[in-house]
Amino acid sequence: MTSSISEKFATLKSENRMAFMPFITAGDPDLATTVDVLKELARQGVDLVEVGFPYSDPIADGPVIQESYTRALNNGFHVHDLFEALKALSADESVSLPPLVGMVSYAIIFRYGADRFLQEAADAGFSGLIVPDLPGDEAQEFAEKTRTAQLDLVQLVSPLTPEDRTRRIVQAANGFIYCISVAGTTGVRDELPPELTAHLESLRSLTDLPLAVGFGISKPSHVDTLRGKADGFIIGSAIVKQFAAFSDPDKTRDEVISSIGKYAGEMAAATKG
Amino acid sequence: MTTSLSNVPDSSGRFGEFGRRFVPETLMHALEELTQEYEKAKQDPAFQAELDDLLKHYVGRPNPLYFAERLTEHCGGGKIYFKREDLNHTGAHKINNTMGQALLTMRMGKKRVIAETGAGQHGVASAVACARFGLECIVYMGEEDIRRQKLNVFNMKMMGAEVRGVSSGSKTLRDAVNEAMRDWMSSVETTHYIIGSVIGPHPFPMMVRDFQSVIGKEAREQCLAQTGKLPDHVIACVGGGSNSAGMFYPFIDDEGVKLTGVEAGGRGPEPGEHASTLSYGAKGVLHGSFGYVLQDDDGQTMDVHSISAGLDYPGVGPEHSYWKDSGRVNYTAITDDEALEGFQTMARLEGIIPAIESSHAIAYAVKAARQASPDETIVVCLSGRGDKDVNEVARLLGREI
Ligand SMILES: Cc1ncc(COP(=O)(O)O)c(C=O)c1O
Repeated sequence: MTSSISEKFATLKSENRMAFMPFITAGDPDLATTVDVLKELARQGVDLVEVGFPYSDPIADGPVIQESYTRALNNGFHVHDLFEALKALSADESVSLPPLVGMVSYAIIFRYGADRFLQEAADAGFSGLIVPDLPGDEAQEFAEKTRTAQLDLVQLVSPLTPEDRTRRIVQAANGFIYCISVAGTTGVRDELPPELTAHLESLRSLTDLPLAVGFGISKPSHVDTLRGKADGFIIGSAIVKQFAAFSDPDKTRDEVISSIGKYAGEMAAATKG
Repeated sequence: MTTSLSNVPDSSGRFGEFGRRFVPETLMHALEELTQEYEKAKQDPAFQAELDDLLKHYVGRPNPLYFAERLTEHCGGGKIYFKREDLNHTGAHKINNTMGQALLTMRMGKKRVIAETGAGQHGVASAVACARFGLECIVYMGEEDIRRQKLNVFNMKMMGAEVRGVSSGSKTLRDAVNEAMRDWMSSVETTHYIIGSVIGPHPFPMMVRDFQSVIGKEAREQCLAQTGKLPDHVIACVGGGSNSAGMFYPFIDDEGVKLTGVEAGGRGPEPGEHASTLSYGAKGVLHGSFGYVLQDDDGQTMDVHSISAGLDYPGVGPEHSYWKDSGRVNYTAITDDEALEGFQTMARLEGIIPAIESSHAIAYAVKAARQASPDETIVVCLSGRGDKDVNEVARLLGREI
């Protein structure tokens, strides 16, 4: 099976470009805005979008993303409503959406029911899932179900993952490998750690899957550092922090969306080098 | 006779279907190392000897099993005994665990410790252990709990710990755990996270249970020596579940001994009004393990309420989830008002000011004793003393201190 994620990475590779994957929180501040932001990101030519499911007790996330989750939950975010909204958006022929990757806690998937979750996620147009609190060791049964639902289950590798674990993880992964740049939580960092290059090189020797780097990335100079070493990068907090402006009385909704779009456009341009 | 019930978890941290490790990959390697180090320590007589020595000379173990004659008389039924964890150094059971984990921290060559705390007892016990061994100590505590437990906050600071207020979410124990986990994500190479209850990813639930089992082991021997038989009924309060796990575990294979865990019934059974995870929760994932959780249909953790900061937690240890489903342990709830009543009864009749957490177990024991015959013995874990709670109790009773 070649998924739309694999296809996207293959196309970008042939164009000698890195994939840019912004992360947004679904439902912050509401689902109608999520849909409009997705349309804007598509217009700006982002390659994939990571859609975060708000969760009450995230432990891998820093304050920016946690606050965004809290705003969405306080506004009554529900998983099923997100699936419905995305289903309607995917059916809209005037929009050409990039592949969507869900970032979702296993707490939500388990409670919702794994089979139901996967079915609805596939119907909503998701191409893959990242389940940050489901490490490889616990993922076997769920990975099987994900395959059956024709979704990619992306696995994460941290700078603290030893080589024998990494080997096992990359074997079970599909779509791409999510390489965490630093041992820590999500959040913008000034500099990417110097060890990252060596880590990516060693990962490269272990797998042919595309390598996408996340955590801490926010500016074009970071992208330059990754060029030739990674196949893509993910930007979370630097985008999500802009969502706080939706509650700023001095700004209109359209202004906030277009400023998110402008930033995404600049980062998308940076992938072309 | 040995049943399989006491022979858990397996090597992947499973208590039946419960437990395991649901954490970000960044923590996985550290958890594997911790598991190995703990297994080695367990086999190492020098480690056990050092821990036993500390428990004896520093913590003050064994503490007594006390026959509460006046409370027994008041109830007019079964005989009530208290296992006096309130007499430990720092006044609660939490220190049994922090002594063990502090020794492990040093075995692993780590110099920095983080901990979370609700009532402050675990924070104090961690600060004590760190002061005793010269480790750096950072304690995460919800702002609401900082308000409720000023005395413990002061004590922690006196012993050199840094108390970091957590203002996210409900500003209670659950948010403190989140924040400590986040710290650990970026410090795991130099830092040990001393989890304060039988919660979290493997090996914590097993390790904390083992360190707390000294409570039940002593109680079992003392009961045999003092009454000539095993107790008929053992009762303990359940927040995360560590004093109860430590109390129950040595009795798990004694089929004739009835075991009851008492949760925080708060203001009543409506969602958000209590913290009775096993009574009202559903299976799910929280803080790195699989067990019962108070959550909504989407898997979002629900807000909880309890008069006692130490029971104010929407999850519970995986082994309790396992004991509940196997039917071995009975779980029930006691309301805020009943706990306050238990607190006052204990003070008046026994001259002991109990922790408000323990008061839940006391209130239930009073009910159970009334139903029991005079030849039945009921052993209650008095998990801590109530000094930390008197300000809050006075406020609730509308009195001045
Ligand atoms: C005195 C006392 N008892 C009981 C508890 C509840 O925790 P656990 O159920 O883990 O024993 C606490 C927690 O802070 C406590 O301080």
